Amino acid sequence: MKFRTRAIHVGNEPDPATGAVVTPIHLATTFIQPGAGVWGQFDYARSGSPTRSAVERTVADLEGASGALAFSSGMAATHCATMLHKSGDHIVAGCDIYGGTFRLLHKICNRSGIEVTLAPADDAMQIQAAMKPNTKMVWIESIGNPRMTVPDIPAIAEMAHRGGALLGVDSTFAPPSILRPLELGADIVMHSATKYLGGHSDCLAGILATRDLELHKELYFIQNATGAVLGALESFLLQRGIKTLELRMREQCKSALKIAQWLEGHPQVTCVLYPGLASHSNHERAKQFMGDQFGAMLSFEIDGDLAKTKVVCQSTKLFGLAVSLGAVESLIAQPASMSHASYDAAAKAKYGITDSLIRISVGLEDVDDLIADLDQAIVAAGLNSK
Amino acid sequence: MENATIVEKHPDAQPTGTETRPGLVSQRAGLSTTSVHAGEARRKPSDAITDSICCSSTFTFESTQSIIDYIEQKQDREEYGRYGNPNEKVVERKLAALDSAEEAIIYSSGMAAIVGLLMAKLSAGDEIVIFDQCYHRSREFCSKHLSRFGIVTHQIATGDFQAMDNAINSRTKLLISESPTNPHLSVIDLEQFVALGRSRKVETLIDATLATPYNIRPIEYGVDYVWHSATKYMGGHNDLLAGVICGSREKLTEVRKLRGILGGINSPHNMYLLERGLKTFALRMARHNENGQRIAEFLERHPRVEKVYYPGLKSHPSHEIAKRTMKGFGGLITFLVRDADWKQTAAIIDACSIPKIAPSLGGVESLIEQPFVMSYFDYSPEDRKRFGIADNMIRMACGIEDTEDLIADLKQALSV
Repeated sequence: MKFRTRAIHVGNEPDPATGAVVTPIHLATTFIQPGAGVWGQFDYARSGSPTRSAVERTVADLEGASGALAFSSGMAATHCATMLHKSGDHIVAGCDIYGGTFRLLHKICNRSGIEVTLAPADDAMQIQAAMKPNTKMVWIESIGNPRMTVPDIPAIAEMAHRGGALLGVDSTFAPPSILRPLELGADIVMHSATKYLGGHSDCLAGILATRDLELHKELYFIQNATGAVLGALESFLLQRGIKTLELRMREQCKSALKIAQWLEGHPQVTCVLYPGLASHSNHERAKQFMGDQFGAMLSFEIDGDLAKTKVVCQSTKLFGLAVSLGAVESLIAQPASMSHASYDAAAKAKYGITDSLIRISVGLEDVDDLIADLDQAIVAAGLNSK
Repeated sequence: MENATIVEKHPDAQPTGTETRPGLVSQRAGLSTTSVHAGEARRKPSDAITDSICCSSTFTFESTQSIIDYIEQKQDREEYGRYGNPNEKVVERKLAALDSAEEAIIYSSGMAAIVGLLMAKLSAGDEIVIFDQCYHRSREFCSKHLSRFGIVTHQIATGDFQAMDNAINSRTKLLISESPTNPHLSVIDLEQFVALGRSRKVETLIDATLATPYNIRPIEYGVDYVWHSATKYMGGHNDLLAGVICGSREKLTEVRKLRGILGGINSPHNMYLLERGLKTFALRMARHNENGQRIAEFLERHPRVEKVYYPGLKSHPSHEIAKRTMKGFGGLITFLVRDADWKQTAAIIDACSIPKIAPSLGGVESLIEQPFVMSYFDYSPEDRKRFGIADNMIRMACGIEDTEDLIADLKQALSV
C-alpha cells in the first residue's frame, strides 16, 4: 500500500473491544495481569500503553523501521539516543544542528564524559575528518537549520559504519513522506514529532525509529528505564495528525517552492535558501533524495539591517511571529534575535546567521495569501515592493 | 470561498508584547486560509497559537454589576455552559465563514441540529415539505415525531418542484432537501428551490452534509438555512459527533435561545477536535473529491457493476446541474452489483480490506456498507422499494487514502 493509505490504516486497526474505527485513548496507568508472574501485553504505562503503541506502529511503518518509540518531546528522543553511549565515547555532529541538540551535547553529554566534535554536515569529507577511533555516533540533520543544507546521508552512513559508529539523523524538517533516512543507510531516525508529524501546533512529541531490531530493543530499554514516554492524549493527537501528513506536506512543499521562487525574484531579497531552488548549493542532492518535495522551511535575507529585518518579521498578518515550525499555521522568525540570539558575533558569522536573515515555516494557508502577506511586510519595513 | 472574516480580537486577550499585531478583519481570503484561521483570535490568551480547551461548566462574574451588564447585552461573554462555551464559539465563527453565513449554531450531533431548528421554527398546525431521498432518521423524525406535535410532513419525489409547489399551502413553513441526497446523490437545483420558496413565501433548508462548503455554499444561492452533520467531512477524522445550522443572525436568534433550553450543545473537547479537523478541511476535500470521481469512473467501467450513482458521472441524472454548481462531487458513491442478491452483495463488502464496514462517511478512513442491511433491514420490501433501496446496493464513503490502493482493493473484492 502507498504512503497515504498506510498513514491512515497501519496502527489504526479497528478496536477489538468495541469495533471503534479510531484508536481509543487509553489513559490507564496500569493494566490487570492474567496471573501472578504472568504478563499480559501491557503492564505499566511507562513500559507501553495501547494508544502509544498504536502510533509507534504507524511511524515505524512509515519510516520503514523495525520499531519506533514515542517520547514526550523531540529532545527526550535525542537524549535517549545519546544515552546509548558512555564515558570515553565520541560523537560527531553537524555544525548547523538544532540549538537544543547543541546544548544537550555540550552541556549534558559532556557531564558523562562523552566528547563531541562538530563538522559541516553537508561536506561528508569533513565529517570523516572529524571521526576518531572512539567515535560511536554521527548525528546530522537531513535538512540543516537555518541554511537548509542537505547532507549526503548514504556517504556519511558508509563512513560512520566503516568507523564502527552509528548514524543518527534528525529528520524533523523532512518527514517520511518526503525523505526516509533509514532507507538511505541511517541507523536511527529522530523526529521532533511536534512539527510535521503532529502538524497542528498542539502536541509535543519525539520519535526514534531504527532499522535494526536489536538497536530498537536497546533504545526501548533506555526509554523504559528513564521514562520520558509520550502520554495517551498526545499519542492520539499525533496519530490523528499523521493521517493528513502526506497531504499537508505535499501542499506545504508546493507553497514553499512557489514562495521561494517569488522571493528569489524580489528586488529587496538578496538571497533565498531553499533546497528546491536550482541556486541552492545542495539542490542536486536534494532532488536525488526528496524528488520534487523539498520541505516547507526556507530562509532568506533582505536588503536591510537588523532593525528593518525585525520590522518585516513583526509586520506579517498571517505568519505568526514564533519559533517552532511544521504546522498548518505559517510562522516567521528572525534567527539573529530569536533562535540564535545567544550566539556571539563570531559564531553568527561562522554559521551564517546574518542580521538580515529571516526564516519562515510555510503552513497550509492559500499560497497567494502568504505571498501577499510577505509582500506587505517587506513594504512595511520601508523596502520597496516588487 | 472568498468570504472570510479572518480574525476577531479575542475579548480576553491581553497584549503581553510591546507591539500590537492587528488582525485581518473582513479580509477576503482563500478557502485554505479560511479553514486555518477564520473565526480564531489573532492573539489568544497566553499568546498560545492554538485555542485552549475550556472545560468550565459555568463562568464567573466579577460583580453584580457585571451580571447586569451581561443581561443588558452590554457585554458579550459566557454565562453557563448550556448556553455556549468559548471553544464552540470559535468553531461557529469558522463554520459561518466557510459557509458564507452570518451565523452558525453548533449542536451535539447532526440530528440534534435539525431537531433544534425544527422545534424552534414549527408549531402545531404547521406543515413542511420534504424531498423524499434523504437520511432515514431525518424522515423518521419528521413523519413519526413531528406528527405527534401536530405538524404535517409532505414527502415529495426528489426534484419534482411542481409537486412541491402543489404541496405548499398557507400553513407551510419550511421546504427541506438534501443536496446531494443520500444515498442516490441527486443534486437539487438551488436556484429553482430558492425561487419556489420565495415566490410562495416559505423558508428553505438544505442539508449540505454530502457537499460541504468546499463544493457548494447554498447560502450564496439564497437558501435560508444550511444544515450539516459536522461529524462527517467537517470533523473529517471519524472521531467526533457534531451538527451545525447556518443562516442569518436574525433567523437564528430564536433557534439559539431554544438550544439553550433544550441543551443539545457540544462539548469543549469535541469542539477542539472539530476546530483542529477543519484546519485541513480544504486539503481533505480535494482528495475526497478526487477519490470519489476516479473510483466512480472505475466502478462504472467494471463488468460486475450494474449502475453507479455519482453526480460527477455523465450517466447521473443530476450531472448537468452538479457540474454547473459544484466544485467537486464529494467522496460518497452508491452502486448496484449486477445480478446479485443481498448476500452476494454482502460478500463483496466482506472481501474489502481497506474500507472498513461501518455507517457514516466523510472521514479520512474509507467506509463501506450495504444500505439494505445497515439502515433498512427492518423495513418491508415495499418500503425499501419506495425509498429506492435495492438489495444489491453498496454505499462507499471514500476516504483520503491513495486512489490506486482503493481501486486495487475494490477490484479484488469485486472478483470474489
